[in-house]
Amino acid sequence: MTDTGLVTLKTSKTSSNPVVRTLMSISRWFNGLPQVIAVSTVILTVLLGWELIVRLSGIPSIILPSPSMVGAQLLIVFAQLAPGEFLAQELWITIQEILIGFGIACVVGLVVGLWIGQTQFGKKAVMPLFVALEATPKIAFAPVFIAWFGFGITSKYLLAAFMSVFPVIIGVSAGLQATSVDELKLFKSMRAKPWDIFWKLKMRRALPFIFAGLKIAIVAALTGAVAAEFIGGGIGFGEQIRLAANRLALDRVFALIFILSLLGIFLFSTVAWIQNKVTFWDNPNMRSSNKRKMKSLSVGR
Amino acid sequence: MNAPRSTTRNTTRYRIDNVSHTFPGTDVQALTDVSIDIEPGSFISLIGPSGCGKSTLLNALAGLLEPSHGQILINGASVDGPPDGVGIMFQKATLLPWRTTIENILLPIEIRDGAKAARQHTAEAEAIISTVGLSGFENAYPGELSGGMAQRAAICRMLITEPDVLLLDEPFGALDELTRERMDLELQSIAISRNATVVLVTHSIPEAVFLSDTVYAMSARPGRISEVITIDLPRPRDMESLNHPDFGKFVGRVRTALNEGHGVNDD
Repeated sequence: MTDTGLVTLKTSKTSSNPVVRTLMSISRWFNGLPQVIAVSTVILTVLLGWELIVRLSGIPSIILPSPSMVGAQLLIVFAQLAPGEFLAQELWITIQEILIGFGIACVVGLVVGLWIGQTQFGKKAVMPLFVALEATPKIAFAPVFIAWFGFGITSKYLLAAFMSVFPVIIGVSAGLQATSVDELKLFKSMRAKPWDIFWKLKMRRALPFIFAGLKIAIVAALTGAVAAEFIGGGIGFGEQIRLAANRLALDRVFALIFILSLLGIFLFSTVAWIQNKVTFWDNPNMRSSNKRKMKSLSVGR
Repeated sequence: MNAPRSTTRNTTRYRIDNVSHTFPGTDVQALTDVSIDIEPGSFISLIGPSGCGKSTLLNALAGLLEPSHGQILINGASVDGPPDGVGIMFQKATLLPWRTTIENILLPIEIRDGAKAARQHTAEAEAIISTVGLSGFENAYPGELSGGMAQRAAICRMLITEPDVLLLDEPFGALDELTRERMDLELQSIAISRNATVVLVTHSIPEAVFLSDTVYAMSARPGRISEVITIDLPRPRDMESLNHPDFGKFVGRVRTALNEGHGVNDD
């Protein structure tokens, strides 16, 4: 708030040009919009522009469907997503692949992350391997997973786990380094047992890093599951997208992608919600709101 | 002792015996031949420029660092790890942000005797909290406390195990001047009422003079004690003591000692 105030103060002094001044006042008006309205404005503008381009240019809908066509398809897709309908069953398969894969990634990531974070050997010998692997495009392993684990659900959730395990490993191992020297000195001066130092200090300090990893991991698990479905097997939501694309029904492809992104947002938000509950002390917003409360309390005293 | 002390007996006698320290892998002499006999219940300050080894010495006293030569003795026995009856405090409050204030204060009990024992000490914790004026903030989280309040909570955590010796590493260095003066007064009254031995590491000459019975001026490269200044201002000292003509005299003596030990061309 103060920032914008300062900027406009500085620029309004330098601009004597009436055109610049008008532009400035328009930009100020936009900056003042509430966020919900601002976001909706941008989305509506993009959709409207897209619609106009498709209609005026005559691009065939098998290349680029208009938003209104996608919207019509969305209604059909929603109907097929009703409980018991076939698309709901395909989506459920994909969700299972994501959750199993993510669960495996959490367990393996925690174990390997602890190994790297807590032992010198892990830090020296294992960490560089994972850094190198992290830099390779893991999606390229998708055909390998199909070849190894077949066309069933196994290859799908294993690829999802493979895609999502790295951020968890890195979150855990980096988080274990987040403890400060003074905190360690404090615990040692209290003659804390190694387990207490680990559990009551280092793991707590690691939590924000672990959750940062988990938020990346859940989205990576979604990508892995859908990618594996593309490559082979004839199951899941990814397969539905592939089928629609094969018959050039791009409006349906867009509608299905929209559903997938809703799923991604839901999964991500769920992890973020758990994070806010678990590491409430790391949330700056909550802290400042409580601080205000405390201030009024201390004035009352 | 010229100070009125409580009747609590403090029998912990710390002795620093010919301590030298070189950090492994370097040949920097962090400490050279430091010997101090700390009278039980006395308040001493270690003051000097960065690199004079004052924090190294404090870590050695806390049993967190084994000096490469010489030894630290408590009542004649060599210290080979964090000793009992010693409380420690740093420049940062170092409160765990996921614990409420009172849970932080009870942490030393919890670590030593378990969570059940910690709960049984709630009343003691509340009593200490009220002596530093933090009542009403028992269940606040550290993120909700101001810097001065957080340091008060750190004082409570240090006192909950009723230590005879308080080791303070620039405890109020991050606070504003007014808060710092107030905290110094509180620290003095805590030390007097508990008859605690206090070792204070500080950068502030007035703070060292105001609080101490003895100020050890240290110099760097190699880290050593360059001068020992006994401060015989009457206790308890208050803000008026700052205007005492002797106060300025002592401040001047410590400053001269530090300048001489520092060398003219040093940073």
